[in-house]
Amino acid sequence: MIKIEVDMTLCQHYGQCVFEAPNIFALDDDSKLSYLAEADDSERDNVESAIDVCPMQAIRILE
Amino acid sequence: MAAGPVIIVGAAMGGLRTAEALRKSGYAGELSVIGEELHAPYNRPPLSKDVLAGEVNHDAVAFPQRAATADVTWLLGRRVGSVDLAAHQLTTADGAVHPFRALVIATGIRPRRLDLPWYEGRHIVRTLDDAMALRDELVEGARIVVVGSGFIGCEVAATARKLGCEVTIVSPSALPIIRPLGAELAKEIQRRQEAHGVSFRLGRTITALSVHDGGSQLSGVVLDDGSAIDADILIEAIGSECNSEWLAGTGLDCSDGVLADGAMRAVSLDGTVHDDVYVVGDIARFPNPMFDDVPRRVEHWNIPTDTGKRAGAVLAAWLADDGTFAEIANQRFAPMPSFWSNQFEVSLQAYGLPGLADHIRLLEGELSSEAIMGYYRGDKLVGVVGLGLKAALVPYRQVIAGA
Repeated sequence: MIKIEVDMTLCQHYGQCVFEAPNIFALDDDSKLSYLAEADDSERDNVESAIDVCPMQAIRILE
Repeated sequence: MAAGPVIIVGAAMGGLRTAEALRKSGYAGELSVIGEELHAPYNRPPLSKDVLAGEVNHDAVAFPQRAATADVTWLLGRRVGSVDLAAHQLTTADGAVHPFRALVIATGIRPRRLDLPWYEGRHIVRTLDDAMALRDELVEGARIVVVGSGFIGCEVAATARKLGCEVTIVSPSALPIIRPLGAELAKEIQRRQEAHGVSFRLGRTITALSVHDGGSQLSGVVLDDGSAIDADILIEAIGSECNSEWLAGTGLDCSDGVLADGAMRAVSLDGTVHDDVYVVGDIARFPNPMFDDVPRRVEHWNIPTDTGKRAGAVLAAWLADDGTFAEIANQRFAPMPSFWSNQFEVSLQAYGLPGLADHIRLLEGELSSEAIMGYYRGDKLVGVVGLGLKAALVPYRQVIAGA
């Protein structure tokens, strides 16, 4: 399992992570981000891509 | 194939992403990154906002270092003076010669400066050191002139105003950010900036600077209509120049940045495509089949990451020499340009290349609150900009991508 954390004080809900890791991140209808705090190891590559594309650099994998 | 390491010149986001992609794609050999700044790669967008507004340091903006790139050699604080592609070696400004097997060009851009005398109080915002030098000056009541009304100029103006400075934006443009946003949205941006107390002097240029008696400290600017504005600080945000001087004599096409093909391989003026020289980030002029076959430089935040990943994957295949290179190099590469801007409560988000449009339509909402503008070339949607409404923007992104 991997643990995922989004710093919601940084997050501006741009939703770039949603395109890279759609199983983990979602934007709801009023443009607020939601995400799963735990995921299978198979999602690691997608979450790392989501980290790369976050303009606010708000996403981390907790090692 | 020449011996030696892969050398990436440029230690910002594009260089970092290329190094990561090389490792991820299986290249395990020597890898060096040479960078002029002393800082390890960091995220630049906060420089015009949080870094100016607070006590944020390098740790807060540094990109996370990954295990895969732990053995990369970082040669920071070094400038590359010249390169000899035929001899496969480059020379740093300290005289050291570095042979390489393959080269990645990731030296990016620098701010253009006003061609006026140097005085204390002239600033730019490109590097962390630039932002940290400026922020101590942005105190309540300070008189700030920002020259340039693009994204960086407007963001810096908003930050300075929030800190209590008196802010005037001077620009030759008729409206702020009119290119690429278009007049309607640009007017709304100006209205919101003015509502927060930012002044505009549009359609004007700065022709002279004044200084305090007997000193070298800026006291104001003079405009082309003869009027003067008192100023303690002048922030120059008038566009960029490519850091390509070190490539002189290589034969590479450096007419605007460095020309690359869809595999991010560098292309010479005579049309030669170099399998061992790659171009990534702001300096890369490359075609994007999402729009057409015209090579363009795209100074959007996502481009160093997308082009770095692409270059790293292609170069790793060439280095592996395992028969996969041609197939990987010929894969379609069509990254979605995307950018963002925060100014006061204004949150803009864009996809595609709005600057290519020949007409613009309001697609959703009202400009006075939240809206989505569509940018069309003929009947094809080439760009979309949201003022708020982030979730509603997503389906238009798919239309631009042709998905």
